[in-house]
Amino acid sequence: MIQDLVVYAVYIGYALAVLMTFGTVLTWVERKQAAVMSDRIGANRAYVRIPFTQVKLIWLGLFHGLADGLKMLVKEDWRPKSYDWYAYAVAPWVVFTPVLLVFAVIPFGGLLEPGKLFPPLAGWFGDRTYPLQIARLDAGLLIVFAFGGMTIIGAMLAGWASSNKFSMLGALRAGSQMISYELIMGLTVLGLIVVYGSVDLTSIVQQQSGIVLGVLPAWGIVYQPFAATLFMAAAMAENKRIPFDLPEAESELIAGFYTEYSAMKMGLFMFAEFIEIAIIAALFTTLFLGGYNLPYMNDGGFVFPGNHAVPLPHGLVVVIQLVVFLAKVLLISSFQILIRWTLPRFRYDQVLAFAWKFMFPLSLANLIVTVVAVWWLTN
Amino acid sequence: MVKRSHVRKVYWNSATMTWWERAYLPEILRGLIITGGIFLRNMGRWVTGRKGALTTYYPEETRWDYAAGNRGKHVLTQRPDGTPQCVACNMCATVCPAKVIEIDAAFDPDDPAHPKYPSRFEIDYSRCIFCGLCVEACPEDAIRMVKEVPNLPRHDRDHMWLGLDELLSWNPRSDVAKPYPAKDAAAQQRKAAE
Repeated sequence: MIQDLVVYAVYIGYALAVLMTFGTVLTWVERKQAAVMSDRIGANRAYVRIPFTQVKLIWLGLFHGLADGLKMLVKEDWRPKSYDWYAYAVAPWVVFTPVLLVFAVIPFGGLLEPGKLFPPLAGWFGDRTYPLQIARLDAGLLIVFAFGGMTIIGAMLAGWASSNKFSMLGALRAGSQMISYELIMGLTVLGLIVVYGSVDLTSIVQQQSGIVLGVLPAWGIVYQPFAATLFMAAAMAENKRIPFDLPEAESELIAGFYTEYSAMKMGLFMFAEFIEIAIIAALFTTLFLGGYNLPYMNDGGFVFPGNHAVPLPHGLVVVIQLVVFLAKVLLISSFQILIRWTLPRFRYDQVLAFAWKFMFPLSLANLIVTVVAVWWLTN
Repeated sequence: MVKRSHVRKVYWNSATMTWWERAYLPEILRGLIITGGIFLRNMGRWVTGRKGALTTYYPEETRWDYAAGNRGKHVLTQRPDGTPQCVACNMCATVCPAKVIEIDAAFDPDDPAHPKYPSRFEIDYSRCIFCGLCVEACPEDAIRMVKEVPNLPRHDRDHMWLGLDELLSWNPRSDVAKPYPAKDAAAQQRKAAE
C-alpha cells in the first residue's frame, strides 16, 4: 500500500516536472524556432550570472523563459472593477488546472517493475508492477475530452467576468470555436476507438506496438492517416493558436478573453496555452504515433518484422520509453510551432465554416469508412 | 431585355485559384515545406558552426556593408607627425546644431606654424545628430566623418563621449589632404629664414 503511494507520488512529481519544463522550454523553442525559420537569431540576451563571479550563463537564451516568469510575478496585478471578482479570479485556474489534469491519464511509459529496476528494494516492492501512468482509467480518452472541455468554461468565465466588450467578444468566439472543434476532435478519435476497440489509452498504446501489413508499425497514423491530420488541425484550433487564434486576435480584440488580465493571471493563460501544446503533442503521440514505444518495440524489447526478437533488460526499456515519449512530444510540439509560424490567421466566419462545412463532413466520412472497413474485416 | 435582379458581382481582384489551390491542404503542405526547409537549412548552418541568420549581432558584430557616404562617426585627421590637424578654432562647436562638441584649446610654443591645438576634443554621441555640419564648417579639414559607427552601447548617457584618443585613431598617412609641413620641417624653414 505504502509502496503504491511512493510510486504514484514519484509519477505525479515527474508529470508536474515534465509539464512545467515543457511550458517554460516551449516558450524558448517557439522564439528560437520562429527566429531560425525567418533568418533571425532570436532572443539571446537574458543571462544568469554565477554569484561572486563574472561568469554569465546565456545558454542560447534559455533563461528568457525564466525572465518572463519573473516579470509576470513582479508586475502589478491590476484588476478591473469587475462586478464578479470571484469569477474573474478563478477563471485562470479553471483554464490552467484541467490542462494539467489531462496528463494524468496519458501513459508516458510501459509497465514498471520497481523490484526488478532497483534490486535493493526488491524485498519491499515484491513483484508489484505499475504502469507508467498516473491514473490508469478504463475511460482514459473520455477523461481527456471531459477535462479538455472544461477549459471552455474558463475562457467563457474570464471573458464574462471581465465586463469588457473585447473580452466578451473573445469569450463568445472562444466558446463557439472550441465547442465546434471539440466535436471534430471527438469524431476523428471515434474512428480510432472503432479500430482499437477501447478508450483505455494504455491498451491503445499497447496495440500500436505490433506490426501491420508485414513491415509497418501498427501506429494509429498508419490506420487512420486522415483522422490524424484532422485531429491535429482540430487540436490546434482547440488550443486557440494561430491560425485559429480568433478568440485572442490582437488586431481586432486586443487580447480577447484575457484583455483585462495582468501579471501572473495573464501568465497562467499563456502558460496553460504552452502546456496545452505539450498535452496535444502527448495525446497525438499516444493516439497516432505509438505512444512511448519505438517502432517494433514493446515492453519486452524489439520484435522486428519476420519475428526477429531482441529482448532488452527492464531498466533499459523503461529509460528508452521515457526518453522516446519526451522526444516524440517535443517533435510534435515543434511541428505545431512550425504550423503556427507558417499559416496566416483565418477570418472568423472561415473558422466556423471550416469546422462545420469542411472538417465535420470529412471526419464523419472518415468514421463511416472506418466502421465499414472494420465490419468488413471482422466478418 | 429583362433586367436581372441577382447579378453576381465580379470583383477585379477576385481570387483566381485552381482546384488544387482550393483543396487547401496541399498548399498548406507546400507552405510548411518552405518554412520547414528554411528552418532545416538555417539549423544546418548553425550546427556546422556557420551563421544561419541575416542578423548582425550588434554590438558584438558591426555590419560591413555601410554605404560609402554613411556618416557613422567623426575622425580627426592628423599631420604626418601624428598631431591633430585641428587648430581649436571652435568653428565646428559653433555650427553644431546639437551642441555636442567640446574643445579646450591649448598653446604649443614649439610649433609656430599652428601654435593653437586642442588639448581636449570630445563629442557626445548620445546627442549627436550626425548631420555633418562640423565637417563642412572646418577650415582645416581637421574633422571628417567615416562610414563606420562608434561602438557605443552603454547603460547611461554620461559614457557616450568620445575623446581625442578614439577620434585620432583613424590615420591613413597618404590621405591627409593638406600636407602641412611636419614640425621639424617647419623648424628647419625657420632656421633657414634666419
